[in-house]
Amino acid sequence: MSKTDLTRRGLLKTSAIAGAGVALPTIFTASSAAAFTNEPTGDTVTLGFNVPQSGPYADEGADELRAYELAVEHLNGGGDGGMMNTFSSNALQGNGILGKKVEYVTGDTQTKADAARASAKSMIEKDGAVMVTGGSSSGVAVAVQALCQEAGIIFMAGLTHSNDTTGKDRKANGFRHFFNSYMSGAALAPVLAANYGTDRKAYHLTADYNWGYTTEEAVRASTEAMGWETVAAVKTPLTQTDFSSYIAPVLQSGADVLVLNHYGGNMVNSLTNAVQFGLREKQVNGKNFEIVVPLYSRLMAKGAGANVKGIFGSTNWHWSLQDEGSKAFVKSFGTKYGFPPSQAAHTCYVQAMLYADAVERAGSFNPCAVGEALEGFEFDGMGNGKTLYRAEDHQCFKDVLVVRGKENPESEFDLLEIVEVTPVDQVTYAPDHPQMGGAEATLGECNPGA
Amino acid sequence: MLGLDKKDFRLLLIVIAITLLAPFILNPFPENSGMAQFNAGYPDLMQRFVIYGIFAIGFNILFGLTGYLSFGHAAFLGVGSYAAIWMMKLVTLNVIPAIILGVIIAGLFALAVGYISLRRSGIYFSILTLAFAQMSYALAYSVLTPITGGETGLQIKSTDSPLLSNLEPGEIGRANLFGMDMRAGFDLSFGDWLFTINAGYYIAAVFMIIAFYLSIRIFRSPFGTMLRAVKSNQTRMYYTGLNARPYTLAAFVISGMYAGLAGGLLVAMDTQAGPERMFWTASGEVVLMTILGGAGTLIGPVLGSGAIKYMENILSKINKDILHEWFAFMPDGLEDFVITIVYPFIGKGWHLTLGLIFMAVVIFLPGGLVEGGQRIGRLLRGKKANPDDEKATQSTPAE
Amino acid sequence: MEAIILQILNGLDKGSAYALIALGLTLIFGTLGVVNFAHGALFMIGAFCAVTLSRILTLSRTVVDETQTDFLGNPLEVQVPYVYDWFGQATGDAIIDWAVPLSILFAIPVMMLIGVIMERGLIKHFYNRPHADQILVTFGLAIVLQEIIKFYYGANPIPTPAPDAFRGSFDFGAMLGLDPNVVIYPYWRIIYFAFAAVIIGAVFAFLQFTTFGMVVRAGMADRETVQLLGINIDRRFTIMFGLAAAVAGLAGVMYTPINSPNYHMGMDFLVLSFVVVVVGGMGSLPGAVLAGFLLGILESFASMREVLEVLPGINQIIIYLVAIIILLTRPRGLMGRKGVMED
Repeated sequence: MSKTDLTRRGLLKTSAIAGAGVALPTIFTASSAAAFTNEPTGDTVTLGFNVPQSGPYADEGADELRAYELAVEHLNGGGDGGMMNTFSSNALQGNGILGKKVEYVTGDTQTKADAARASAKSMIEKDGAVMVTGGSSSGVAVAVQALCQEAGIIFMAGLTHSNDTTGKDRKANGFRHFFNSYMSGAALAPVLAANYGTDRKAYHLTADYNWGYTTEEAVRASTEAMGWETVAAVKTPLTQTDFSSYIAPVLQSGADVLVLNHYGGNMVNSLTNAVQFGLREKQVNGKNFEIVVPLYSRLMAKGAGANVKGIFGSTNWHWSLQDEGSKAFVKSFGTKYGFPPSQAAHTCYVQAMLYADAVERAGSFNPCAVGEALEGFEFDGMGNGKTLYRAEDHQCFKDVLVVRGKENPESEFDLLEIVEVTPVDQVTYAPDHPQMGGAEATLGECNPGA
Repeated sequence: MLGLDKKDFRLLLIVIAITLLAPFILNPFPENSGMAQFNAGYPDLMQRFVIYGIFAIGFNILFGLTGYLSFGHAAFLGVGSYAAIWMMKLVTLNVIPAIILGVIIAGLFALAVGYISLRRSGIYFSILTLAFAQMSYALAYSVLTPITGGETGLQIKSTDSPLLSNLEPGEIGRANLFGMDMRAGFDLSFGDWLFTINAGYYIAAVFMIIAFYLSIRIFRSPFGTMLRAVKSNQTRMYYTGLNARPYTLAAFVISGMYAGLAGGLLVAMDTQAGPERMFWTASGEVVLMTILGGAGTLIGPVLGSGAIKYMENILSKINKDILHEWFAFMPDGLEDFVITIVYPFIGKGWHLTLGLIFMAVVIFLPGGLVEGGQRIGRLLRGKKANPDDEKATQSTPAE
Repeated sequence: MEAIILQILNGLDKGSAYALIALGLTLIFGTLGVVNFAHGALFMIGAFCAVTLSRILTLSRTVVDETQTDFLGNPLEVQVPYVYDWFGQATGDAIIDWAVPLSILFAIPVMMLIGVIMERGLIKHFYNRPHADQILVTFGLAIVLQEIIKFYYGANPIPTPAPDAFRGSFDFGAMLGLDPNVVIYPYWRIIYFAFAAVIIGAVFAFLQFTTFGMVVRAGMADRETVQLLGINIDRRFTIMFGLAAAVAGLAGVMYTPINSPNYHMGMDFLVLSFVVVVVGGMGSLPGAVLAGFLLGILESFASMREVLEVLPGINQIIIYLVAIIILLTRPRGLMGRKGVMED
C-alpha cells in the first residue's frame, strides 16, 4: 500500500517540518516557502492531465491520456523515446525533467467548463501540479487557461480549435500547439478552389456556439476571397441530434457546396444526414454538389463510416505522415497500444514534450521562465515540420494538413488521405488580426503565482 | 436559543462544528499514505461542498416542504452566477455586492418563472420549470453569447477594470472581501497530516451556516407548516379558505434566492460563469442530491450534495496507476485480477458507481442517507430508539 | 410549398421517434404508475442491439496476409467473417448488409426480456413508493445501463448503415406531381415513419381489440376492481412493461441508420420524450402520439432559414416554448386525464 508519487504536500512533509516531529503545529504560508506556485522541491514533479473521461468526447480523452502516459514514460527514460529522438532540441535527457522523475495525476473535464476547472483546481490545490494540460473543446480550454493564469501555473492546451483560445482569450500562462479555425480556412480555400473551381455557392451549417462562429467566419472569409459566394449560413443547436430539417432545404437554395461547421457528434450526424439526403449525387448549377467539413477528427470520422469518402477537411496531424517524427511517434504509440494515435493524442504528446523541453532549457519550473523559453521557440521533428511558438499569442505556427475521406480504406484506421500539406506561410496571420480579437487582445503579464 | 428548540439548536451546533472543522475532518489520512487519495480537504472541493449544500438546502425548502418538484432550479443558479460575475467585471471586485446582486436577480427570475409555473401542479409544474431552464441554457449557449460568453463563459480579464477598484493596467482582478483575497490561507501541519485553512472556504461556510439556520426557522415557522399543508392536502386548504399559491410562490422564490446565493458564491470562489450550469443535468443533480440525502429533512440535502460532489471530484481522479500502487502488495496475478474488477468503477467509470449508489440508497434506505445515519445511530444505542430523535431530523417522508 | 412539404416530412420523421418513445413511457406510466427515467436507456439499448447483431454477424477469424503490412510494418492480419465460411462471400455480404432489419427479430425478445427483468427485479418494488424515489432509482439504472454500454462499446458513435438497397434518397416530390429534384427524401426515413405508424397502430389495436388489451385498459382505469374480479393484473402489467421496452427498443434499432448510435443517445432523448408525454397529457396514449408528431413538425419549421432570420435562436427553444404555451392554455396537456400526476 505504498504510494510513490509525492505531492507538493508530501514533499513539504519531508522537508524541515518532518523532523520537528509529533504534535507541535508548525504554521507557515505555502506561498512564502516557494518562489512560485507548486514549486517542486523533492525529486519528482507532478503534471496534471485533465481530459474528458465521460461525455461524448470520452474516447478522444482516452486517446489523449494514452499519449500523456507515453510521454511520461519517454521523459522518464522508458520505452523507445518516441519523438524525443527526432526533436530538434536536445535538452531532454530521458531522466525526467531537470532530473526530477515525472509523476502525473488525471482528472475528468466532462467537457464542461465548470467540471474542468474543478478538476484542474484539485490538481493544483491537492496534488501540487505545476502544469495542467489536455481537454477536447475550446470552452474547456479557455476556462482552464484562465484558471491557470490566475493560479500561476502553465497551461498547455490539448485539442482546441477555436480562434479565441489564442485570440481574444489568449493568456500569458497558456500555450496552444493545435491549429485553429483561421488556419483551417486559409489552408482549405486554395485546395477547394483547385478541386471545385472558384465559382461556387456555399451553404453553411454552423454549430451555434463560439467555435462554430469562428470557424464559419474563417472559412467564409477565405473562400469568399477565392471568389466563392456564401448563399446562406444557418446556425444549429449544439444539442441537435437529427439534422434533417437543416439539410433538406439546402438543395433548393441554389447552393452547390455545403460546409458543415460541426465537430464531434454534431459532425457525425450532420454529415451522415447530408449523405442520406443524397446531396452528393446531385447536380446543381451544372456542377457536382460537394460537402466540406472544415475540422476533421479521425476518431469522429469513424463514427460517420463510409459517409466521409471523398469529403475535404483539415486536420492538425495524421498518422500516415512520413516524416521521421511522425514515424517515430506512430511506432512507439502503436507498439504500446496496438493502434495508431489520433491527432488529439499527437498534440497532447507534443505539448507534454515541449513543456518538459522548455523547463530544461529554462533551468526552472517557474512559469515565467518556462513561458519565456517557449516564446519564439522554433523546433522541428515533432511531426508537423518546422514549427514556431509565436511570442505574441502563444500559438504554434506550422504546416496544416488538408485531407480527404479515403475511397478505399485498407483498415479501420485508414479513413483519411492527405491531399496537401499547406505550408506555414499560407496560414500565418498577424497577431492583431480581426478574427483573433484585433488590437485589444493581449496576453497580459505572466503570473508565477506566489 | 436563537428561536430554536433544543433539538434544532443541537443540530445547528453540530452543523457549525462540522463546517468549521471541515478542513481537518475531510483530511483524515496522512499526506503520504495510499489513502491520501481520499482526502477531500482542499479549498476548491470544500467550497463546492458548502455551496452545493446551500443550493440543495434551498431546493429542499420548495421540494421537501411543498412537494413541488422543480426540474429547472439550475437556471437560478446560472442566472445568479452571471449577475455576480458582471458585477465583478463592471463595478467592484468585492464579493459581497456580487453575491447580493446574484441573489436579487435570481430571486426576480424565480418570481417570474414561479408565477407562471405554479399555475400547474405535479409533473406539469416540473415540465414547465424544466422548459424555462432549458430555454435559458440554450439561449445562453448561443444567441446570448455577447452577454453570457456562450460556450467559453465569462471570466475576469486583464482588460476589465471595475469602477470601484484601482487595478494596475493589465492586472487581472481577483475576487476579494474588503481586500482579503478569496485564496488567502495557510497550511497547518501536524506530523504527517497537513491541513489547508482557506479564507474563501470560511466565507462560503458562514453563508451556509446562515442559510441552514434560516432553513430551520422556515421549517419550524407557521409559514413552513402552511407549506406542509400544501403538500399533504391542497384541496382541503382551499376549502378552509386558504389560497396556497402565495405560499408556494414565496417558497419558490426563497429557494430560487438560495440558488442565486449558491451561484454568486461559486463566482466569488472561482471567477467563472458558464451555461452548462443551467443544463437539465445540473437541475437533475440538485434533485438527486436532495433525494439521496433525504428530502424533507434538514440535514439530508447537505449530505446528499456532499456525497455526489465527493464522488465527482475524488473518484474520477483515481486512475489505473494508483490502483497498481494500492494493490502492489498482492501477488501479480491476484493484483491484476483485483484491478480488473475495481477498474470499471473508478476514474472514467465514476458515473457507474454514482448510478449504483443511487439505486442502492433508494432501495435499501428509502429515507435517504439520513435514514442510514439514523439506523446506525439506533444500532449503536441498542434497540431503545428514541422516537423524538427521529422527529428532529426527519419531519415527513419524501413525496 | 415544396419547402413546407419537406419540413412536414422531416417533422413526421422526427415525430416518429418522439412518438414511439413517448408511447412506451405512457404505457409504463399508465399501467404501472411508474415514472421511468430509464426509458431513454431502453431506446439506446435497442440501438445497441443492432450494433451487437452486426458485430455478431461479422465475427471473424484472423488470417495473416504476408503480402500486405499494417501501419507498423508487421504482416497484415485480415479478418474473415465466419459467415463467409458458412454461406460463401456473396450471401455472407448480403447477410451482413441486412444486419439492421435482422436486428428487429433479435431485439424483440431481448428487449422483452430486459423489460420483464427490470419490472420483476426492480420496478415492482417501487409501485407504492413516492414518484421521487422512482425517479432516483430509474435514473440510477439509466446511468448504470449507459455506463455498461460505454464500457463495452466506447463513447464514439458507431456507424450502422441501412442495407444497400435502402441507402440514398428518391424524388418524393415527383411522385406527388411536383417539380422534380426538389423534394428529395431518403428511403430509410420514409421506412422509419411507416414502421412507426405500424407499431403505433399495432399497440392501439392490441389494447383495443384483444381481451388482453381490454383487461389492461380496465386495469389502467381501476386496478383494484379488476383485481377484485379475480384477474391477475400484475402479470399482465409485467407483460405490458416488456412490450413498452420492446417498443422503445425497436424505435432504437430502426433509428441506427439515421444517426450512428452512441451510449448517451438515450439521455439526449429522455428529456424531450418527457416533454412530449406531458404535452400530450399524462396517461393518454393518443395524446403522446399526437404531441410527438406535433412537436416534431414544429421543431422542423423552426429550423427553416426564413424563420430563423425573423426569430434568431427560435430553433434552440421552440419545443420548450410550445410546451409552456400548451400547458398554460390546456392545464393537462393535449389529452391528459384529470388527477393523474397532478399532486
